[in-house]
Amino acid sequence: MPAIEATKLEREFKGGLRAVDGIDLAVAPGEVYAFLGPNGAGKTTTVRMLVTLLRPTGGEARVAGFDVARQPAEVRRRIGVALQEAALDLLMTGRELIELQATLHGIDPRSVRSRGDELLERVGLTEARDRRVGTYSGGMRRRLDLAMALIHEPQVLFLDEPTTGLDPVSRLTLWDEVRRLKGEGTTVFLTTQYLEEADQLADRLSIISAGKLVAEGTPGELKAQVGRPHLDITLSDGADPGDANRVLERFGELQPPGPDCHFSLRVGHGAADIAPVVRALDEAGLRVASLQVIEPSLDDVFVAKTGRHLEGASEQREAAADAAGSDGDR
Amino acid sequence: MATAEAAVPRVAVGRAAPGLAITVLALGRRALRNSLRRPQFLAPLIVFPSLMLAVNVGGLSRTTSLPGFPHVHGFLDFQLAAALVQSLMLGGVSAGIATALEIEGGFFDRLIAAPIPRVAIVLGRLLATGALAAGQVAYFLALGLTFGGHIEGGIAGVVLVLAIGVVAGVGFGGIGVMLALRARNASTVQGIFPIVFVVLFISDAFFPQNLLSSPADAVAAYNPLSYVADGMRNPIIASISATKVIDGLIAAAGIAVVAMALSVWALRGRLREE
Repeated sequence: MPAIEATKLEREFKGGLRAVDGIDLAVAPGEVYAFLGPNGAGKTTTVRMLVTLLRPTGGEARVAGFDVARQPAEVRRRIGVALQEAALDLLMTGRELIELQATLHGIDPRSVRSRGDELLERVGLTEARDRRVGTYSGGMRRRLDLAMALIHEPQVLFLDEPTTGLDPVSRLTLWDEVRRLKGEGTTVFLTTQYLEEADQLADRLSIISAGKLVAEGTPGELKAQVGRPHLDITLSDGADPGDANRVLERFGELQPPGPDCHFSLRVGHGAADIAPVVRALDEAGLRVASLQVIEPSLDDVFVAKTGRHLEGASEQREAAADAAGSDGDR
Repeated sequence: MATAEAAVPRVAVGRAAPGLAITVLALGRRALRNSLRRPQFLAPLIVFPSLMLAVNVGGLSRTTSLPGFPHVHGFLDFQLAAALVQSLMLGGVSAGIATALEIEGGFFDRLIAAPIPRVAIVLGRLLATGALAAGQVAYFLALGLTFGGHIEGGIAGVVLVLAIGVVAGVGFGGIGVMLALRARNASTVQGIFPIVFVVLFISDAFFPQNLLSSPADAVAAYNPLSYVADGMRNPIIASISATKVIDGLIAAAGIAVVAMALSVWALRGRLREE
């Protein structure tokens, strides 16, 4: 039985705006599923329906085996929710908030304190637990939000844009926690507008645009749909382009050479092709100045499926390239 | 998160949801604590009615010698009930604004997404408003006694004033919560609520009904706030009159029941619209 299942799920608002338009999806237990799309695509509306905060106007959805419209109380007992822009009470301390959440989820009063402390420790907020949440940084608030969502050990965890607005360090910390939750067998439904986040965390993902799912699959499957990886190779000065052509065309589809002995070679596997290509060039007396594997990105997938780039995708690409710069060059 | 390698023990999922009483108590305690942590909300409940009391007592004390004015030790004794009702109504404004801020900030959604009886969200807020009302009543009675006022009904009178005050406070809180659930933003609640004060001024809270001009006297005769004010005033200015106190309690309870019903209706309406 899927942990989350939606069939022709729809939500139309007053005035005729159809924010979610017939979505079908199925998320397996223990899976991290990313829901990728730009602002206004329908991600949050979908999540709000799945967590029983919003009634669907069409179709149906089941979470943890229960219908979100007909059995909302059963659903609420089995899910954890961290909504967009951590909705916390800034006047309460971290400990007060998590203990309130424990009480609201029916945790045994004798266990409330210890359970809250365990989760605060888990998210690294032990020292800040007696401070008011209003004094917390954005990253700390997100971590507290996550801890609160986990208080009752939910079967399914919904994270609505959990890293939006966070600094890179806080973002990586949250990613680690999502990976850890996956390791513990929790199903995670994650909405994000960050391509890299979906790529890094998701077992499978879907792309939503204007309320409709336009693609679904593993990151690898989706990238494969839009093309194969290629190697960007620059040879040392003095290399004979003809010799290089003869060597490289044995490994894949070679694009016409660019200036400065620069070659683009479309290959079958990506990183796995690096070693044989470099070895062959070396044997032919051609020295490689730099080499980079260019994989099709989720942005390429997004463009192919929607006809436009995801907002901020170019900045995300540049940041990812900067981070990977030294590793990618050979 | 780096520190946390300790395994979090499994908690049985699918456990019974918490009961109404536990939830109301938890949410009420939280709401009361937050009210006390918001001096900007708490101060108006005390400061404005205290100033109004001082101004009225200072400027209108000779009105006690008007023919038809009830026998009182001083105008302060008479005005205490007016200050109390005013303060309690401001408590209702605070409850409404606090609820609206929770809606605006998203915390309300967190509560809605929890496996609790949803009516507890309203009842928890009203429990806090009632507790706060008890504090407001105690403050104004202490203030009155400090500045030479009397409580003719003694300890029993104090208890009765407290009882009427708490029930009325819950009622005003219910009106505030209902407005917040309908309006969904704090500024609208703040803007709408002063209209309620007009109703206070056409009651006999500030002046005896028999000394009001027409048509204010006729309106005051049917205004439930008149009965609430009279019910609280009676144990302060005279020996306890069962009729006045019971009328006050009934009026306060009527306001509370209607306001609670309206706020629960507003909550259901909001959830249905969602």
